[in-house]
Amino acid sequence: MFGWEFPPHNSGGLGVACQGLTRAMAARGIEIVFVMPKKIDVAAPWARFVFADSGVEARAVNSSLKPYVTGNGYARALHDAAIYGVSLLQEVRRYALLGGQIAQEERFDVIYAHDWLSFGAGVEAKRVSGKPLIVHVHATEFDRCGGPMGINEEVYEIEKEGMRAADRIIAVSQFTKDLIMREYGVPESKIKVVHNGIDELGESQGPNRLRLAALKASGYSIVLFLGRVTLQKGPDYFLRAARSVLEREPRTVFFMSGSGDMERQIMDMAAQFGISDRVLFTGFLRGHDRTEVYKAADLFVMPSVSEPFGITALEAMKSGTPVLLSKQSGAAEAVKHALKVDFWDVDEMTNKIAAVLRHKGLRQTLSEHGKHEASRLTWEDAAGKVENVLQETLLAGVQ
Amino acid sequence: MKSVCFYFQVHQPYRVKNYRVFDIGNDAEYFNDRGESNLNNRKIIEKVAQKSYIPATKLLIDLLNRHPEMRVSFSFSGVALEQLELYAPEVIALFKQLIDTGRVEVLGETYYHSLAFFYSPSEFERQVAKHRDKIRKFFGVWPRVFRNTELSYRNDLGQWADKNGYVGVLAEGWDPVLGWRSPNYVYRPKGSQNAKLLLKNYRLSDDVAFRFSSRDWSEWPLTAEKFAQWLGVAEGDVVNLFMDYETFGEHQWEDTGIFSFLEKLPEELAKNEGIDFKTPSEVITSYDARDEIDMPNTVTWADTDRDLTAWTGNPMQRSAIDAIYALEDKIMLANDRKLLEDWRKLQTSDHFYYMCTKWFSDGDVHAYFSPYESPYDAHIAYMNALQDLKLRLEKAK
Repeated sequence: MFGWEFPPHNSGGLGVACQGLTRAMAARGIEIVFVMPKKIDVAAPWARFVFADSGVEARAVNSSLKPYVTGNGYARALHDAAIYGVSLLQEVRRYALLGGQIAQEERFDVIYAHDWLSFGAGVEAKRVSGKPLIVHVHATEFDRCGGPMGINEEVYEIEKEGMRAADRIIAVSQFTKDLIMREYGVPESKIKVVHNGIDELGESQGPNRLRLAALKASGYSIVLFLGRVTLQKGPDYFLRAARSVLEREPRTVFFMSGSGDMERQIMDMAAQFGISDRVLFTGFLRGHDRTEVYKAADLFVMPSVSEPFGITALEAMKSGTPVLLSKQSGAAEAVKHALKVDFWDVDEMTNKIAAVLRHKGLRQTLSEHGKHEASRLTWEDAAGKVENVLQETLLAGVQ
Repeated sequence: MKSVCFYFQVHQPYRVKNYRVFDIGNDAEYFNDRGESNLNNRKIIEKVAQKSYIPATKLLIDLLNRHPEMRVSFSFSGVALEQLELYAPEVIALFKQLIDTGRVEVLGETYYHSLAFFYSPSEFERQVAKHRDKIRKFFGVWPRVFRNTELSYRNDLGQWADKNGYVGVLAEGWDPVLGWRSPNYVYRPKGSQNAKLLLKNYRLSDDVAFRFSSRDWSEWPLTAEKFAQWLGVAEGDVVNLFMDYETFGEHQWEDTGIFSFLEKLPEELAKNEGIDFKTPSEVITSYDARDEIDMPNTVTWADTDRDLTAWTGNPMQRSAIDAIYALEDKIMLANDRKLLEDWRKLQTSDHFYYMCTKWFSDGDVHAYFSPYESPYDAHIAYMNALQDLKLRLEKAK
């Protein structure tokens, strides 16, 4: 299995998904060799932590690839770092070759690659070994760029080639399946939708509790954005709604939890709207801090422009927090006990945020039903569906 | 002798438009959606009139003319009559024609199709009186049998009806209450002196109302001949067939054959010896009560639980219904006709039903009809409108 990040060394939902899925697959007796494009010194402690007891073996290769970077962003970062001569494509090729090398060394039945950075490795492993390839699409270039504008052609080609070479494609939502069919010209029959699941959340403790409790005790409500502060995640829509909500519900604080290339722009916007004192930037949160902020929030908002799934939505629901989800997300199709809105409809977003802040009955109902619903979306179910796809793929290979 | 007793419910709520937070304080019209969605009350009324009320009523008038032994009964909510008057007056004219045959009984209910009985006895009485006046004005008749919203019933409703001169009340014939007893007899409400209780035979009623077009049902297709035979062999004194009038043409579309089923039913029934049609009042006069029925807890005709949880089962439903009744004293003091009407229109049970989350997770779209995208959207629109109503109320002081 080719991936690129794994908790606790993750910067987003992909690592969480890889962890949840591989653990549940291992529990079903599937043996997994997990390959990651991370420097060995970074990855070494990870192998000890995560799957020491569960039958998953970790491997890491040298690479400077980072998740969530768009193609152009990657080139820029490389330029800034003055790593002369290393292009994105060269880097992916290098990972692909290493993937091929590992494929020669390891014994396995199926190759499984998560998202575009590992597709090359998957395709190469298939070429070398002749074993079937499954690609799992958690996000596409269209999602990362928030639409067709500004997509990187090279990345698009890598994604397209991975999907073409794959025997089967797993999409994290119908939303993503539709996008794959539309933008990558893949026939419907090749794609299977497997919604993400959610693990048990860590218990909350630590210093945040007191601070947030004090804030709430003084009569403030908390509305939470948690995700990368990038175009894809719609932080600007969230901020516009915040301004409008504050005109009606002034005792509200909006948390921006996450980091990203739009952070500066969002801070400037908050200042320009005159609501800087009500928009708090927490930076990227993990572990207890993250659990705590979910629990403290009166509402979690996921205003994504294009969100293949959005595991954070399930995390918030599982914490008993009401959620408002962009209709342009996979999570919105997977759950019913959530408020839903088109990401661009700032007025409707305002309407729904204000309603949650005002009406206790609404909060309670969303919280109770949402928590129950999220707890039924398990990685065990997802792994079961993935196993079916594995078996179908192997059977097709035999025939 | 055995009787068949039909009761059809005619009701349409004033659905609340997608009233948003921005509208609060700026827009006092909650029910005037003019869009393409099913929140457009005018559109719905016109559609239901064309598909159901007009063809079904014309057919019934024709049947009553052809079959002198035929009898049916109706209950009309006041809010349905108001909207029909506005958007489909032809239906009102047909209803008048129907009732003028003298063989159609009209039942009493709350004007606003509300659950006021369970929240405010005084408001309940006022709504029943308002309904009675409307029925008298429209149709020239005086309701003698009562049926409460959603067929909701418990002992104190039977006692109330008894004290207020009704000869009978309608309720669900629910097995856990009846035990070994059959719904096909007349009963006496616990604590009642004179009033009697008529119980819905839900199996036979639902064969028509719900299962008629279901191809998964082993008895599909249901013919008038077959159904008449079932009625013929049913035990007891009376088979009470209670259902929404929209069964004909709206819930069961014309192409399912529902109209021809209804058309043939009287002649098929006539082939059975010793079976006739009766209105609820006639049933009450003709048959003695066999036993006393004790229903301390509320029973309704809704879903598999037969209780009020479809209207008050979750926190947002309860907070909405509590919030509307909490305004009663202030509304009465304000003495403003439009405020009073809007407050009452917001009491209609459908608003709370649209907020029901009982089977929402299962994706059972057929279990609940709602014009909203989700129960949460229904709640938000309602609470926003309610907030505006409160603002108006404060200004009115």
